[in-house]
Amino acid sequence: MTATELDSQIAHYVLGLGDDALIYAQRLGEWISRAPQIEEDMALGNIGLDLLGQARALLTHAGELDGTGRDEDQLAYFRDEREFRNVHLVEQARGDFGDEMARLLWFSAYAGELYARLVDSADEVVAGVALKAVKEVAYHRDHARHWVVRLGDGTEVSRERMQAALERVMPFVDELFTDAAADVAAAESGVGVRPSELRVAATTFVTTVLEEATLQMPEEPKRHARGGRDGIHSQVMGYLLAEMQHISRSHPDASAW
Amino acid sequence: MNAASPERSWPLWEVFVRGKRGLSHVHAGSLHAPDAEMALRNARDLYTRRQEGVSLWVVKADDITASSPDERESFFDPAGDKIYRHPTFYDVPDDVEYL
Repeated sequence: MTATELDSQIAHYVLGLGDDALIYAQRLGEWISRAPQIEEDMALGNIGLDLLGQARALLTHAGELDGTGRDEDQLAYFRDEREFRNVHLVEQARGDFGDEMARLLWFSAYAGELYARLVDSADEVVAGVALKAVKEVAYHRDHARHWVVRLGDGTEVSRERMQAALERVMPFVDELFTDAAADVAAAESGVGVRPSELRVAATTFVTTVLEEATLQMPEEPKRHARGGRDGIHSQVMGYLLAEMQHISRSHPDASAW
Repeated sequence: MNAASPERSWPLWEVFVRGKRGLSHVHAGSLHAPDAEMALRNARDLYTRRQEGVSLWVVKADDITASSPDERESFFDPAGDKIYRHPTFYDVPDDVEYL
């Protein structure tokens, strides 16, 4: 691999981290006014804003690393679907509150392990983002844990619905822990970590929560989502991007909002 | 939980925030939550978004026994003319040190 190819792989890696945070922030923002309580609107909004903060720093850095000089806004608002590097889990449609807690539990279990390791990244910006993110994600994980336990170890109906939500989310979990070419290159250069290294720790955390919640870990699904890191997305991604990007694209020269 | 009215089925909690070490917890507002743990988390999200606090208390609103506005006169007015309850009522002799 030439130096330029390596730079490009590392940019790709950082963009993947940034896109996960950006797209999940967009989905979490949809809960404002739709959560079970106004208090939960705020909680999910706060989590989304934490992720958006992470995304801003990571996208800005990805734009520096890939040599195109694109800033965070250009990367967020002026890329097409095939150029987004996020995993399928974060782009899936909102579902019910149980789906969201199942997704948040898995995503924050993954992100918690990820950022705990990235604080030692050879890339100063990545390490800096990780240092801040590790505290934020610990809270996200805690929030998901409390809800999953309450819904699982709640009423018969809430338990059934939480279990069903876990089953629906399961096909999107494996992709979080699958090594893409950029992950391997980033890990070898000391900038990133292989997602496969996070699988055991994250799964152990989720298993512990599910036990506490009297829920079952779903069986390994027959099919897994794949290809998000290469720009292959679900149908819903197009609608998400349309909503997220249309203002910026309609007024590309606007300088004041 | 009553599906038709979750708002009413979650109890109300009163939130007290301590701004910094050495200060007292001060009442900041109230919120709904299913239990104390979630109330604490909701309080964190609602009342300490801008670094307002270093410590939080939540108390179920039902557990607070409050004085009634109807009792205000009998409760508080009698203290109004007891000027001897204020230290300034007393003359301090000149030769008392450290007071």
